[in-house]
Amino acid sequence: MDELKRTPLHDLHVELGAKMVPFAGYEMPVQYKLGVLKEHLHTREKAGLFDVSHMGQVILSGESVEQIAQALESLVPVNIAGLAENRQRYGFFTNDAGGIEDDLMIANRGDHLFVVVNAACKTQDMALMRAGLEPKGVTPRLLGDRALLALQGPAAEDALAALNPAVREMRFMDVATVELCGAECWISRSGYTGEDGFEISVPEDKAVELARVLLAQEAVEPIGLGARDSLRLEAGLCLYGHDIDATTTPVEAALTWAIQKIRRTGGAREGGFPGAAKILAEFDTGASRARVGLRPEGRAPMREGVEIFAQEEGGAPIGRVTSGGFGPTTGTPIAMGYVDIDHAAPGTKLFGEVRGKRLAVEVAEMPFVTQTYKR
Amino acid sequence: MKFTEEHEWLRVEGDLVVVGITTHAAEQLGDVVFVELPEEGSTVSKDDEVVVIESVKAASDILAPLDGEIVEVNSPLADEPSKVNDDPEGEAWFFKMKIEDLSALDDYMDEAAYKKFIG
Repeated sequence: MDELKRTPLHDLHVELGAKMVPFAGYEMPVQYKLGVLKEHLHTREKAGLFDVSHMGQVILSGESVEQIAQALESLVPVNIAGLAENRQRYGFFTNDAGGIEDDLMIANRGDHLFVVVNAACKTQDMALMRAGLEPKGVTPRLLGDRALLALQGPAAEDALAALNPAVREMRFMDVATVELCGAECWISRSGYTGEDGFEISVPEDKAVELARVLLAQEAVEPIGLGARDSLRLEAGLCLYGHDIDATTTPVEAALTWAIQKIRRTGGAREGGFPGAAKILAEFDTGASRARVGLRPEGRAPMREGVEIFAQEEGGAPIGRVTSGGFGPTTGTPIAMGYVDIDHAAPGTKLFGEVRGKRLAVEVAEMPFVTQTYKR
Repeated sequence: MKFTEEHEWLRVEGDLVVVGITTHAAEQLGDVVFVELPEEGSTVSKDDEVVVIESVKAASDILAPLDGEIVEVNSPLADEPSKVNDDPEGEAWFFKMKIEDLSALDDYMDEAAYKKFIG
């Protein structure tokens, strides 16, 4: 086992009373003194500050942003060439079987693309990008000198505007270079909680100062990975390695919205990404299973791995929970998972087997909470 | 009051033993969101899984500390699982059990020994 890495905010987490746990090769705060439940609720009511510096921040450089975008489209089935300057978009790397290698955020920063990938996939993503992009004259560079903070919640705009009012002009999925605490920060108006908010890439030597200035505000509390997970689950957002992986296709994963028409059959830049034949065929034929929201009827949480059945007794499983737990904002257990397509319609009554008992669960629309993005 | 290595507390009340989890255990578990209690009248053996508690983080089992019969359960807990965090060593007891021989409790730790155990 390699030694765990630390983010530039490590000592601050410890000082704030965080419980540190290993996560994707890093020592990360799972919760602070408030605890998961209160941290979750605080983020939905005011603002939460998350350290997501473990994620991979990558600059893609080349001759022009057009050339870089075109190259990246060979790995990602998303309209990147049509991504306007200072805008960001969600995407994923696909494989030849049509599965998802990782999901990522892609920003057009004028003369280059800036992408953020999952911590656990960094090494593999870099290899994938080098192999796929370098022959096309595009160089990926994993940044080792910047931290990444997420500030999420209804009070996030006021909290960040106190440092630089320019951020008020940003809309959902805008990106901008903004000076905070005298440092050049790359900000996007996005996040992974279902709330309005920002992700802030900050030079590592300024990260602690920025975090302290934000935390000094009444509305801002530090939030750990525990609440980050329940927030994204309530928002219906996928966790890579759980809800999506190398064996799930974008159609199965209900992520077809992320593949714009221009990349689909009949589009001007149709296909041209790994697994295109399989994925585009699935748009027409449909997939045999689908990622759905699940609402257990009782109080017992249905966690990852719980098998889903169509009947209360007998029969083979028709699905499986991939993320599940208690939703602090919904006040109920919530889950998501894959079920056979015949059982995927919202309102379908199914059963989840928990400790040997089949408990009623209903297929539900996601998100479980209303998203409050500032569009 | 006696304590088990599974972080349960045991309190003698007449000829019954009242069972709950310690403040230390409740803190470690985090916010409790689900409690499943055994049936009143059920006969249990030592180390049977009799209670399921789930926190925001994970599920855990509470084991029967002794052989005996579950004579009463704290049913309101199922509707208000957060009481386990609010008052683990008071209001949030799980069940009362009848055991053959109360001297079986002597094998468990007293408060001083438990404090040492949790460091």
